[in-house]
Amino acid sequence: MSTPEISPDTPSVPLLAVESLSVGYTDARGDARTPVTPVVHGVSFTIRAGEVVALVGESGSGKSTIAQSVIGLLPETGRITAGSIRLNGTDIAGWPQARLDPLRGAVISLVPQDLGHALNPVRTIGAQIAEVFRLHGWRDRRAVREQVLSLLDRVGLPDPALRYRQYPHELSGGMRQRVLIAMAVALRPALIIADEPTSALDVTVQKRVLDLLDDLRREAGTAVLFVTHDLGIAADRADRVVVLQGGQVQEQGDVRQVLTAPAHAYTARLLADAPAFHGPRPSRPARLYADADVVVDGLVQEFSQRSGWAPFSRTQPFRAVDGVSFRVARGTTHALVGESGSGKTTTIRTLLGFTRPTAGTVQVNGLDLATLRHDQVPALRRSIQLVYQNPYGSLDPRQTIAEIVGEPLRNFDPVPKPERLRQVAALIERVGLPQAVLSRPPRALSGGQRQRVAIARALILKPQVVVLDEAVSALDVTVQAQILSLLDELQRDLGLTYVFVSHDLAVVRQIADTVSVLQGGRVVEDGPVEQVFHAPASAYTRDLLAAIPGRARQAA
Amino acid sequence: MIRFLLRRFGQAFVVLWAAFTATFLLLQALPGDAILIKFQSPELGLSPEQIAELRTLYGADSPLWQQYGATLSGFLQGNFGYSLHRGVPVADSLGQALPVTAGLTVLSVIAAVALALLLAAVSALTPLRWLRSALLSVPSLFISIPVFWLGIALIQIFSFRLKLIPVIGAGPWESLILPVATLAVPISAPLAQVLIRSLDAVQTQPFVAVARAKGASRRWVLWRHVLRNAVPPVLALGGVLFGELLAGAVVTETVFGLNGLGRLTEQAVNFQDAAVLQAVVVLAAAGFVTVNLLVDLITPLLDPRLALHRSSLSAGGPA
Repeated sequence: MSTPEISPDTPSVPLLAVESLSVGYTDARGDARTPVTPVVHGVSFTIRAGEVVALVGESGSGKSTIAQSVIGLLPETGRITAGSIRLNGTDIAGWPQARLDPLRGAVISLVPQDLGHALNPVRTIGAQIAEVFRLHGWRDRRAVREQVLSLLDRVGLPDPALRYRQYPHELSGGMRQRVLIAMAVALRPALIIADEPTSALDVTVQKRVLDLLDDLRREAGTAVLFVTHDLGIAADRADRVVVLQGGQVQEQGDVRQVLTAPAHAYTARLLADAPAFHGPRPSRPARLYADADVVVDGLVQEFSQRSGWAPFSRTQPFRAVDGVSFRVARGTTHALVGESGSGKTTTIRTLLGFTRPTAGTVQVNGLDLATLRHDQVPALRRSIQLVYQNPYGSLDPRQTIAEIVGEPLRNFDPVPKPERLRQVAALIERVGLPQAVLSRPPRALSGGQRQRVAIARALILKPQVVVLDEAVSALDVTVQAQILSLLDELQRDLGLTYVFVSHDLAVVRQIADTVSVLQGGRVVEDGPVEQVFHAPASAYTRDLLAAIPGRARQAA
Repeated sequence: MIRFLLRRFGQAFVVLWAAFTATFLLLQALPGDAILIKFQSPELGLSPEQIAELRTLYGADSPLWQQYGATLSGFLQGNFGYSLHRGVPVADSLGQALPVTAGLTVLSVIAAVALALLLAAVSALTPLRWLRSALLSVPSLFISIPVFWLGIALIQIFSFRLKLIPVIGAGPWESLILPVATLAVPISAPLAQVLIRSLDAVQTQPFVAVARAKGASRRWVLWRHVLRNAVPPVLALGGVLFGELLAGAVVTETVFGLNGLGRLTEQAVNFQDAAVLQAVVVLAAAGFVTVNLLVDLITPLLDPRLALHRSSLSAGGPA
């Protein structure tokens, strides 16, 4: 993007120089006597003023630990065991917290990852942005308020005076991310640490937020340390990349050079796994004319919504899905694509029989959901199963993997215990997990392994239709690629029909045959995936496609 | 707003009515009654016939539903009946006892909250590991101390050994110090325990790290970000603890010889003074209902999400 601007007065000293940094974690609450488990080993890199450097790697690669060390906010158990962190030539690695406080927010600031809880839920947006000024010596309340209002305007939030009074839960994820950016740029720091700042956002919102961050840093000449697992984002936004694996630097250099001619096998694998750099799946047109397992016709779903402080609340109807129609042929994958609020989750809740349609017809495997009787529910559950988005929340932490996978059998198909265990063990093997996991609790498994467990649980009743709700969105690109290929394999072998819900068109292209693009509860475009990709008919689909990270760089 | 309050007040009255009825039936089910206890003693030399006459006089022989109706309508008009044992209207006894107990409990709650806050704040901020783990064990210690034992121990130490507070003839404030301490300690324990846990849980939230990244110190973050998020569970517990507080007050007043509601209750139980017990139970239930109503109204002010996020997804039934 931009060429690095090196401030003329300090040509030789980089803004940030991390030298041979090693970081480890102790077991207990930072007890000095317990041994340190190292996670970062001798990492060195530099950032010059105004430069954007991306730290790229899978989870567990140590990238977030490095970012936390730079801003001095390692968890209590974290220890810098060797090396230095030089800010404008001064080593701040050993500084006590009280000495770092004046630096944080003013010289180094942070745009954090978790949008749900990154803002204090009980204080107003205005108060939280104003806090940055108050912490760094601004006393004039009126001047602070003016600064905050102009910042809210600058980060593109309409009606700043209203936002000032609102609480975080009244804002969307994208708006909250803008508020976090406003706090990070408020005092025009020299370095912003952006720790996976958009991982939880829809692609279109992600693009707008990253564009904003780009604009603001270019205006102020701010350097950015970008932490991400997505090489597509690194390709679009960074001047240089540092590729990390297992706490060590595998490769670093100019972004163009690293991405076009990766010197290291690990970088090449990351590149191959990134959905943005992936081709489509081979098309299977013959299958599309098979019988339909799922038929949705003119589905309307309304909710009554309450708003206002409990004593004053009013009820008003809210139409979440407004005339959605699609059909999914046996053995194929249909994707529902759209941003949050587009009605995709509501649609699948209806498919799964959790809510009755307000109007329209929905059929799953021949069962009509509008008139479904109570005694038909078991038949529906056997026909359609769900793999949920978050593999951390969807598995009962107190059950073992064998209990989790076997539970649907106990509920719907009571077979003798040995038979049940045999089926569970076979399925665990089928989804590519070792038998040893059967006796373990979910916390002993990685995110990708947990999602395999969730898939096994969905398949144990031998359903015809599986709904995959953002099933790979929470996973690293590498793991994501593995899960997608497992799903593909299972579909081929078992003849499954998938309904795949996602906000990411790049992923959809890898797995789906047909797609419906939803916006505001309506279908704005549908058809075979390749057609929607290459000849998008609606402006909204074109926006979605343009927002896929890495495409700009790939096209150039 | 009006509808919400009406609904909540309606619920409160149902609870009070249920408490009233349950108490009434339980007191009736007890063998013997206040008339027997008061007039049966041989010195009075009353014949069984005379006692039966007294029973008619007091209305104790009328059918149950008639007694129930008369008592209920009396309560609704603010007439709590007549204490057989003391020979005065129940309202007079309550009027004398209530201020003593109110003073004791209010001061104890203030002391308990202060003690819990102190324990939680020090354990959250101290860099000393041993101090923190020592403070963490204080609530379990406090909660396992029986109120009667603590009261007696405090009198032994401060009045008899150190002679700091006179046992007899102390001023109105002086005489409250030890009872308040006795009652505050067991109440503060669960408050401190929940507050410490709640603070720890909030400390791990990402917005705490964000506030630190803005340049805020640990203390700033604790007071301005963490505390308000940590208070709602403690407040909810406070509503439930009101019952503990009343139970503790009965024991404390008995140990320290304070003529409050606790003493009144204790004597009423001894003499099966049904009218007094009926009034005390309804009064306690009223206090309980009021405290919990206040908690429900205050919590949304502390956490705006509770005020707004009551949207209910009620379309269709489960298929």
